Amino acid sequence: MSETPAQKLDEEDADDEPTPVQSGAESVVRALENAGVETLFGVTGGAIMPVYDALYDSDMRHVTMGHEQGAAHAADAYGIVSGDPGVCLATSGPGATNLVTGIADADMDSDPMVALTGQVPTALVGNDAFQETDTTGVTAPITKFNSFAQDPDGVGDDVGEAFALAREGRQGPTLVDLPKDVTQGDADREPAPPQSPETYDPPERADAEAVAEAARAIAEAERPVILAGGGVIKANASPELRAFARDYGIPVVTTMPGLGSFPEDDDLALGFAGMHGTGYANLAVTHTDVMLAVGTRFDDRLTGGVDSFAPEAEVVHVDIDPAEISKNIHADYPLLGDAETVLDQLQEAMPGEPPAAEWRARCQQWKADYPMDYATPDDEPLKPEFVVEALDEATGADTIVTTGVGQHQMWACQYWEFTEPRTWVSSHGLGTMGYGLPAAIGARFAADEDQSVVAFEGDGSLLMTVQELSVAVREHLDITVAVLNNEYVGMVRQWQDGFYEGRHMASEYSWCPDFAKLAEAFGARGFTVDDYDAVADTVEAALEYDGPSVIDFHVDPQENVFPMVPSGGENGRFAMNDDQLEQL
Amino acid sequence: MPRGLEGPAPDERPQPEGRRNEQGIRITPEDAGEQPTHRAVLSAQVWHEPGVLAKVSGLFSRRQFNIESLSVGPTETEGVARITMVIEEHDPGIEQAKKQLQKLVPVIAVRELREEAVERELAMVKLDVRDDPDEVQAVAEMCDGDVVDIGPETITVELTGRESEIDAALETFERFTVREVVRTGTAALARGAEETT
Repeated sequence: MSETPAQKLDEEDADDEPTPVQSGAESVVRALENAGVETLFGVTGGAIMPVYDALYDSDMRHVTMGHEQGAAHAADAYGIVSGDPGVCLATSGPGATNLVTGIADADMDSDPMVALTGQVPTALVGNDAFQETDTTGVTAPITKFNSFAQDPDGVGDDVGEAFALAREGRQGPTLVDLPKDVTQGDADREPAPPQSPETYDPPERADAEAVAEAARAIAEAERPVILAGGGVIKANASPELRAFARDYGIPVVTTMPGLGSFPEDDDLALGFAGMHGTGYANLAVTHTDVMLAVGTRFDDRLTGGVDSFAPEAEVVHVDIDPAEISKNIHADYPLLGDAETVLDQLQEAMPGEPPAAEWRARCQQWKADYPMDYATPDDEPLKPEFVVEALDEATGADTIVTTGVGQHQMWACQYWEFTEPRTWVSSHGLGTMGYGLPAAIGARFAADEDQSVVAFEGDGSLLMTVQELSVAVREHLDITVAVLNNEYVGMVRQWQDGFYEGRHMASEYSWCPDFAKLAEAFGARGFTVDDYDAVADTVEAALEYDGPSVIDFHVDPQENVFPMVPSGGENGRFAMNDDQLEQL
Repeated sequence: MPRGLEGPAPDERPQPEGRRNEQGIRITPEDAGEQPTHRAVLSAQVWHEPGVLAKVSGLFSRRQFNIESLSVGPTETEGVARITMVIEEHDPGIEQAKKQLQKLVPVIAVRELREEAVERELAMVKLDVRDDPDEVQAVAEMCDGDVVDIGPETITVELTGRESEIDAALETFERFTVREVVRTGTAALARGAEETT
């Protein structure tokens, strides 16, 4: 008997209704769908198989990565670019421990991420079963929160809670450990929408009286500076920060994670401060009398020696995490709350513009005195700084830049002109070599289609996660990997030259593969560049190629990153070059 | 020409006069020097769930807070446990410990108790029976202790009091042959109608 159109319509409507969850694994998948997750990064394996089986019927896209570390970095980058938690999956034991570096990375940088790990059946837990690791124990110090799922009916709630906690307040990674009996077990309850625990209550609005006092201090400052951290971007507070700085004529220094919060082509922009920050940023933080620090944890690479960090400044510290207030640098005016909200509060409370015309002129003079102008002599190999600038020129302002860790990362921060938030994706706190390629994959999935994604990598750094190129090829991802290849782990080589009498122990990487050939072997496009003349054309060809490409730039192996503040040194006494470093 | 960038050398730049101490607080040269540490009693309400104690103790260990004692148990509210912690830190360290503790998701509330809070610790000391049982009994009474076990070889005395009182009592018992000592760590409640956490 044929169906009437009305019956057919009813059935189609019925198809839109999700089928009730029948197992713990289906509850996990439903919880992710309820949270709006579209893309997952993972590697399957024994204990996580029930969840993967439930994914078979889901519309969410699962991206199989080459290694779980790659899955964690891809999820991390997805979270940075989209603002919503990236999700990664792995099995128990080695799957979970392989995620650890990526989770720790997300924790250090407060990146929103949810990790779901398989676990041996509850009955075997504690018996040293095959592929058993105490995952919640291992990850407790590197997650914002983790939990061990107890029952099939509640496991979806656990996942929703992990998602909510990763996203709310100070963002960070969360993890749910999923024993196989819990995911395989019968369930007949729909998971609740993502919800953080009732006892979790991050601050939003700062105390009005405290805001008024801070505003008065800023308005009276003769040498004010804004220090914009990664929290500005996390809180989507870039527009408020820009308005505040421009309305009151306050120069802006960013931290490394804060790159993109304030446009670097603005007159008030001084670049980023810290170990390899610009000279003018470091002078501004050293001589300021009132610092408005927003969403920063005053990391040691930023402050140098605490004794000499902004030593004459009253500090207004805006942060959502009370534990960051006065942890490293004493806050004279602590303002607890969401950066966007508190900047609006400050804006309204400002009694007037600080008398800082002279100070602004001084900052401009420093820009002229300590320029980031590198030389490009004909008789020396290609300078890496030139490569960064060439890629910046060839791509749009909204291009997403990812990096590994080392010299190439520093040149990327120094010579790329960042103008938009969520375009700088790097491993700051943990300093994870090999972050750039898997991060570019995660960023590509989160980015708009017309946004370019460029990964800067070093030779040593890329080698650590190069297997993820297979993923970029399989998924046909349009990313460009620029290898600043100096045949060294160059930052170590630079320190060996500066502080260890040039003894190059374990830092020479002349044995690295031919990266262009390696790229071709994976099915990507490979290019090699040795001199200035070939840079522009090759960059254009690589960018035009609709798929993953790798350009192996053979750069000057002796090039060092400057300016430099030696570890624990005084920011104001940065070295501009080798001679100055020697005299410190 | 040196490798790198050009610009005035460090000695040619103006230098600020101010300084901060190790805690990042601006100081004048006169206030430089170590900050004194002191004892603080923290009370925290936490979810009464597996793994919470591990998260709390792991936090204190990895952040290098000096913890003297920690005791934990259920409270008047189902699903809520109370942890009492005694730490020895300078003032910024105590503030930081409170904030880090509060930041853990399973921690509901944290407070530092004032000095007049009601504090008690329980200790048991096991002594050789060859010591004079009457004298042990006398010392136990003097310290407000109770003999809780007498066997052919040993006598066990229970003591309760403030940490300093237990310290003093145990010192008194050193005149005997002490086989074993166990201490629970301090438990504390705010005095009077004041809420503990």
